[in-house]
Order: sequence, then structure tokens, then C-alpha cells
Amino acid sequence: MRRSLFAVLVCLALPGPSRMRAQALVPVNQDSSPASPDATFQPFKFNMSAKDAPNDGGGYIDLEWNVFPLDSGTLETFAGYRVFRASKREGPFDSVGFTRPSGPQDSALSVTATYTDSVRDGKPFFYYVRAFGPAGFALSDTVGPAKSSAQWFHTRRLNFLLLAVLFGVLLILYIERAKKGKMFVRRIAGLDAIEDAVGRATEMGRPILFSFGLSVLNDVTTMAALSIFGRVARKSAEYATPLLCPNNDPLVMTAARETAKQAYTEAGRPDLYNETNISFLTSDQFGYAAGVDGIVMREKPGAVFWQGYFYAEALILAETGHSVGAIQIAGTTSIEQLPFFVVACDYTLIGEEMFAASSYLNPEPQMMGSLKGEDFLKAIIMILLIVLAVVGSIGVILSGAKGTSPLSQFFAKVVDWFTQV
Amino acid sequence: MKREVPLVITIVTGIVIIVTFVIPHNPFGTLQDRLTNWFIIVSGFTTLLGLDSLIQYHLVKIRDRRKESGYSIVLLLSFFITFALGLYSWIKFKSPLEPISPTGWIYNFVLLPLQGTMFAILAFFITSAAYRAFRVKSLESTLLLLTACLVMLARVPAGNWIWAQIAHLIGAVFHSVNGNQLAQTKVLSEPTNWVLAVPQMAAKRGINFGISLGAIAMSIRIILGVERTWLAS
Repeated sequence: MRRSLFAVLVCLALPGPSRMRAQALVPVNQDSSPASPDATFQPFKFNMSAKDAPNDGGGYIDLEWNVFPLDSGTLETFAGYRVFRASKREGPFDSVGFTRPSGPQDSALSVTATYTDSVRDGKPFFYYVRAFGPAGFALSDTVGPAKSSAQWFHTRRLNFLLLAVLFGVLLILYIERAKKGKMFVRRIAGLDAIEDAVGRATEMGRPILFSFGLSVLNDVTTMAALSIFGRVARKSAEYATPLLCPNNDPLVMTAARETAKQAYTEAGRPDLYNETNISFLTSDQFGYAAGVDGIVMREKPGAVFWQGYFYAEALILAETGHSVGAIQIAGTTSIEQLPFFVVACDYTLIGEEMFAASSYLNPEPQMMGSLKGEDFLKAIIMILLIVLAVVGSIGVILSGAKGTSPLSQFFAKVVDWFTQV
Repeated sequence: MKREVPLVITIVTGIVIIVTFVIPHNPFGTLQDRLTNWFIIVSGFTTLLGLDSLIQYHLVKIRDRRKESGYSIVLLLSFFITFALGLYSWIKFKSPLEPISPTGWIYNFVLLPLQGTMFAILAFFITSAAYRAFRVKSLESTLLLLTACLVMLARVPAGNWIWAQIAHLIGAVFHSVNGNQLAQTKVLSEPTNWVLAVPQMAAKRGINFGISLGAIAMSIRIILGVERTWLAS
């Protein structure tokens, strides 16, 4: 009786709209909340805001408010926040969602809770939240109107756009420069060895095996591997050595067939092209490994090329290739598998060397220029890394771990700009 | 024409994808998802191409009575039996993935153990590859051997046990040294963490930079039409 009287008094003490809300919301709370509190918590400043969600295609409003003091992450004292929405300030308000921060909060004023509401664009909406628990509830002020709209530019992706434009301009500049004169590219042993490997397989009277691993066609690594495959196919056509290519992905198989067909035609030996040698095996990872291992053990290829993206099957494949005495040339952008290939294979194209393969094998000015542009950007990144490491370190030395010096703040801003997406 | 049309499609699609990344407004914002869905649909159809290739390859092997064509018979029989049981499971159990269905049984009691077996073989291959890699031939390979031993010992319980025994032995020989206290020191884990966090991470990040820039350069080359090696015919 005393608690009910207290609740009535508190409701009367609340300002107009909030009082209306509190009265209107009791049934909603009974239906949707884990408890039926009949008393209000201590008054609390939610500082709630409702804004159009930034950098999206519309349809969302972001809500943010200070976390409630009882929000310590325990259900005994606090249940969460229920979000209410109306198209008019005076209501009627409907419950549109529930949220609660996942972990304990240290300070109600320094940490905020958020909720993103899905709405129709261009229509104004008003919001408030109800913080509740077994012991009672508290209501925020009504905020709004907030309208959602679609944006024409993603401001947090400006870094991406600027860097892409810079990189594009650099590539075009270097391509133009390459047209005027010859450019130096260091020797890549793995690519130089392609002819030797094919020649060795020919001398031994054994076939050549090429595997794209578990690559899929929409991966740039596969594109790079396809250009190496084209060169291998051309050499195998010139030496009249069978080329086997078991595939994990039907799309890659189709692309490989087209590439091989073209290479055999260019070499003047379209009659040697055998479509069934470039076949689909299975999409299963270890099924593929078992299948390729079986082919290696049965056919005993003289040269094996592991070019593409590989996972745990990398060493299983490479060790089997080693066991039949094949010369092995590997290339992958999978950093985790690189050490295995380095150990088990005769030559390994490490990461970027794969992407340089097409330029290296077709040294046209456009291709060489793009390689040089890439190197120039790499040099810029290296200088930037060194400068930022020095700036960040000096900033920490000057201000300690708190990061209050201007240098630390500058460092944090630069890092934030580069990492925002 | 056979080269130009795919080239134009690639250039337009590449530029549109870059544009959609910075313009969230419709129709650009949802275009990437839509194109991805198209890709998934096309990929689905290419599975039929893959199956056609697989069956043809093995039928030709059986027809020509090539060496070890018995494996091809086993493969084709397995394929058609699994396919038939899949259809039966679909009709009888409403889903071929139902665990009590015949295909569920094949998956749980044939496919999974076979996959596990293949994965387990990796342990033996790692041993044989490590044996070759860790042979002391030069200063670099010696450093590699020592570092690998350190990291491996720190990652297994036996490493800590071995160090505890050594520490107690030192304590027993030199009375001024407290063996128990020495056993508690992180002789293996601290240097290992440093190796993983500093030199190894630096090398990995260096390679990562190269891969990322190489991939970007390759993508730009493809979008600008400079890179045409993928355009076979």
C-alpha cells in the first residue's frame, strides 16, 4: 500500500508528458518486461539523443543514452532498457525493442548505451527509454523528432577513396614512365624455374600437375595463379607434356580450361589440348587433398605447381609431391601456409611475388609500370610507419601512458583516420 | 568481340563496386550485395559443370580401360549411390541432412571419419617436413632449429616439466640456488612470446603489406584493363 502510494506520488511529481507516458506504459511493461516493478528508481539524467544513423542507405535511427547506475550487468538489480517510439510527441508510444549492455559498467556517466531502430525514411519519430529492473523503473525524457535518410557519401571511407585515387594516379604515372624506358625488376627464382620444371618433367616422360588449391574465382590470388597457369600451359604445349589440373571449384576449372585452350592454341598445338585433364574433383577440403594425393601417387608427375590459396591441406599436398620426387614450385598469399611450402617445395613465390608474376612473365610497359607504382607506394607506407612509430613513441615518453601530449593525440588521430572504415 | 565484351563488363563492374563502397545511397548501397547474389546463383549452376566434368573424366577412364580405372568405378558407384540415397532421404525425411537419414549416416560415419583421417595425416607430414627443415646446414638453419625447439617446448606441457626437472637439478647441485624458485621462472614462455610477438609478427606484417598492395595493384590493373592474362580466349 505504501509502495503504491509512493509510486502515485512520484508519477504526479513527474513533468507532463512523462507522467502520461508512465501511466500509459504500465500494461506494456507487464507484458514485455521480466518483472512488474511498481516503483520508480531514483531520478536519473539519461541525456538521450536520437539521430539519423550516419553513412547508411537510410532506414535507421541511432539512439544513445547514459547507462543507468544499476546497470552493473546483474539481472538481480537491473533488467535492461525498453525503447519506445511514437510518430507524435504526445504518443501513443509503442515498444520497439529491448537492449542491455553485455558487461559490468564502471561509471554511468562515462559509458553510453545504444540502440538502432529500423524506420521508414523521411518520417519524424519520437523516442524514450525505460530502464527497469525487479525493484522499479526510470524513464528518460522524450527526444525527437528524428528522421532517417540515405547519405550520398560515406564519410568514414574517405581514407579508402583518397588512397585508392593516390594509388591509381601513381600506377598511371609509372605506366607512362615505363613506356619511355626499361625498368629493372629483380629476378624471381620461382618464376624463372617454370621452364626448367616443365623441361625436367618432359625429360622424365612424366606429366605436369597444377593445383589452384581451394581458390575461388573471385579471389585476386586466383587471377594471379591463372596467369602462371597460362605460362605453364604454354610451355607444356611447346614440350608436348600432359598437363593435369584437378580443381576444387567448378568456376576456376572453367577459367583454367579457357586459359589452357588459349595457351595451347598460341603455342601452335591445339591438337594436344585435352579438356578432361583439367577436371573438377570435389569441393570438400580434405576430399580434394586425398584426390590430388591419389593423382600424384598414381601419375607421378615430374613437376608440380601449387599456386593459389591453400589451407591445412598445403603440407599434405606438398609432402606427397616431394615423396614422388617431383620438382615443386609453390605460390600462395596464405601466410600461415607459406612456411610449409618453403620447407617442402623447391621454389616458393612469397605473397606479393605471385601478383608480380603476370608482369614478370609479360614484361610490357603497362605491367612493369604498375609493379613500380606498387613499390613506390610500399616505400611511402614504410616511411609513414617509421615516422608514426617515432611520433607515437615520443608522444608516450612525453605524456606517459595517458596519451595527453599533443604528439600522442596527433598519433591517435592519424591511426584512427587510417583504420576507420 | 569475345575479348572486348568481358573486358568492358569487368571495367564497368570494377568501377561500380568501388563507387558503391563510398556511396551508401540507393541504388548504389545495395548493388554490391545484389552482384554478390548474382555471383552465388551463377556459381550454383557451375556445380553442374563440375559434376559433368567429374563424371566424364571417370567414364572416359573406364571406357579406355586405363591403369587403375577400378578407382573410377568406385568413385562413380559412390557418387550415384549417395545421390540416390540423398533423393530418398529428401522424400522420406524431408531433408537429406537429417542425421537419421541414409545420407546423414553416410556423412557422420563415412565422410567425417575420412576427413578426420586426412587431417590426421598432417601430423606425420609435419614431422617429415620438420626433419628436413631443421637439419643444421648453415647459421640460418641452426637459428631456425633452436627457435623452433624453443617455441615447441613452450607450447607443450612436457616443456615446463623438463624445465622444472632441470631447475631442481641446478638447485641440488648449487645450494645457493633455490630450485623451486627457479622452476617457477618463465624461461620458455617469455622468450617464446617475444619471438612470436616481435620478429615473427614483424615478418608476417611485412609479407601482409606486400600481399595487400600486390592485390590492390592487381585489382587496379584488372579494372583498368591492363592485366588481361585472365582473359583467355
